[in-house]
Amino acid sequence: MTILGSTGTGPVVDKDGRPLRALNQFDTRGDQPVDPSSGDTGRPSPARRWNPLATRWGRVGLGLVVPALLLALWQLATSVLGVFAPHQLPAPTAVWQAAVELATWEVGPTLWEHLQISTQRVLLGFALGSVLGLAVGALVGLSRLGDALLSGTFGAVRAVPSLGWVPLLILWMGINEDSKVTLIAIGAFFPVYTTVASALRHVDQHLVEAGRAYGLRGTSLLLRVQLPAATPAVVSGLRLALAQSWLFLVAAELIASSMGLGFLLMDSANNGRTDRILLALVMLALIGKLTDALIGVVEKRLLRRF
Amino acid sequence: MAITSPTTVRTHPAHPVSIRDVGRTFPARDRGGRDTPVLAGVDLEVEAGEIVALIGASGCGKSTLLRQISGLDTPTAGQILVDGTPVRGTDERSAVAFQEPRLLPWRTLAQNVALGLPRGTDKAAGRQRVAELLELVGLGECTQYRPRQISGGMAQRTSLARALARNPGVLVLDEPFGALDALTRLRMQDLLLDVHAAEPTTVVLVTHDVDEALYLADRVVLLGRPEGAPRGTASTVRTIVTVPGTRPRDRGDAELAHLRAGLLEGLGVHAHHQTTPTP
Repeated sequence: MTILGSTGTGPVVDKDGRPLRALNQFDTRGDQPVDPSSGDTGRPSPARRWNPLATRWGRVGLGLVVPALLLALWQLATSVLGVFAPHQLPAPTAVWQAAVELATWEVGPTLWEHLQISTQRVLLGFALGSVLGLAVGALVGLSRLGDALLSGTFGAVRAVPSLGWVPLLILWMGINEDSKVTLIAIGAFFPVYTTVASALRHVDQHLVEAGRAYGLRGTSLLLRVQLPAATPAVVSGLRLALAQSWLFLVAAELIASSMGLGFLLMDSANNGRTDRILLALVMLALIGKLTDALIGVVEKRLLRRF
Repeated sequence: MAITSPTTVRTHPAHPVSIRDVGRTFPARDRGGRDTPVLAGVDLEVEAGEIVALIGASGCGKSTLLRQISGLDTPTAGQILVDGTPVRGTDERSAVAFQEPRLLPWRTLAQNVALGLPRGTDKAAGRQRVAELLELVGLGECTQYRPRQISGGMAQRTSLARALARNPGVLVLDEPFGALDALTRLRMQDLLLDVHAAEPTTVVLVTHDVDEALYLADRVVLLGRPEGAPRGTASTVRTIVTVPGTRPRDRGDAELAHLRAGLLEGLGVHAHHQTTPTP
């Protein structure tokens, strides 16, 4: 008769050396992590109802429900019920027609040119502002001297409302790309600066000490311990900064420009083209959401490690 | 657990540690406050390869002394020599494991252990050394896990592996097993002794646990303020107990129980220990 063999400390095995699952359920050699998905209960999983929250496309679909309802309501209120006059609130179809018309506009810049120049301004300003924000934030967050010297001043500058900068920037740089990109950079700078400074100031001192104990100093400590520890906060700061950049873009373009979504808004208001105003707003919403989603993807990839 | 002596990187020879008349006073936090003397006149010679346990009441300066040996703190009086040269800041002669694992959460266990490797270690050799050390502490199959995926005991073992990756001449352990459950702690103590047998480095450790001190150490050093001194007096070496017998020791040994009672008295705890007269 074959006796089930046990090798002392190892799992109980059959005569071919294969572990016997039923006899090894209390096999807790060491404290190995348990993978719940490997637990084979032998029972079939009960047939589940379709749950849209369970899949990504299901969630995207749910996110589209409210915009679709709003669109339907909008169409209903304007072209069917006629609650609003067309010069107050044109129908969605009229906005679409305005988009088609503007896409091949020959009198002035096309819709694409508006979009392109606005996106370019935002990206340039955002890049400039966030790099500076990262640098100054690191200085203030890591050095007590930097903190004492700079945080008061930057706090005060930050309190200046965005539009307050416009006259000065126009005076100094003129009405051109430089002044607009600078204004957007100012807008992008502060969210990054604030989050980076505070995240670096609050990096777990235990980890920093461990890094020091293993010979990390200065730049190597920053790159290997402090910045990675602050990554989640830095990324959310960047996200805020991007949203702020679009905000400042419109401020810049409303005041002095001959192209861009902000200009389209202003110009259409002056000409009574409510359909184009709505078009510009929808474009801002869509492109803002798109760039935010892009940063969201980057964020997800970066934070997978945490 | 099979202990194989690592071969890829040469181990530092164990270093002796001399603590000479060391004192540490923390300056007052605000104007008008009083300076806090924590250590004064601490003298201790630790031989190369020896295991010394520091015990003492909370706040007596054990951890401060330990941080000074590893270069994370500087004495305000006296000096500490490792292998005959003074400690100035952290250096590669010593490696420290803290009470908490302090692993970098965004790195895998292998990458965390690699942090301990001495600068300029050859890449391939470093990788092999890390693999060997994780094997040594029983985590050979978890090298790619991240710290949040493992238990506290496993994290503490990783922290020990990281310290060993330095090939330290002095291994400095600050209550390394204090936060672990009782059973895991006993396992970790045996693991430490296995590691010490495989790589006989000098070990200085702080513990709150008198039994742990007696089980692990060659000598147990009791730190505390001198007898009869008022509160707020700096601590110094009160007693040094040489633990008899060779490791591994019997945890229930009667002689150890006697020493334990003496040390507990020294810590101000009544041990309720009855001395049975030997016939």
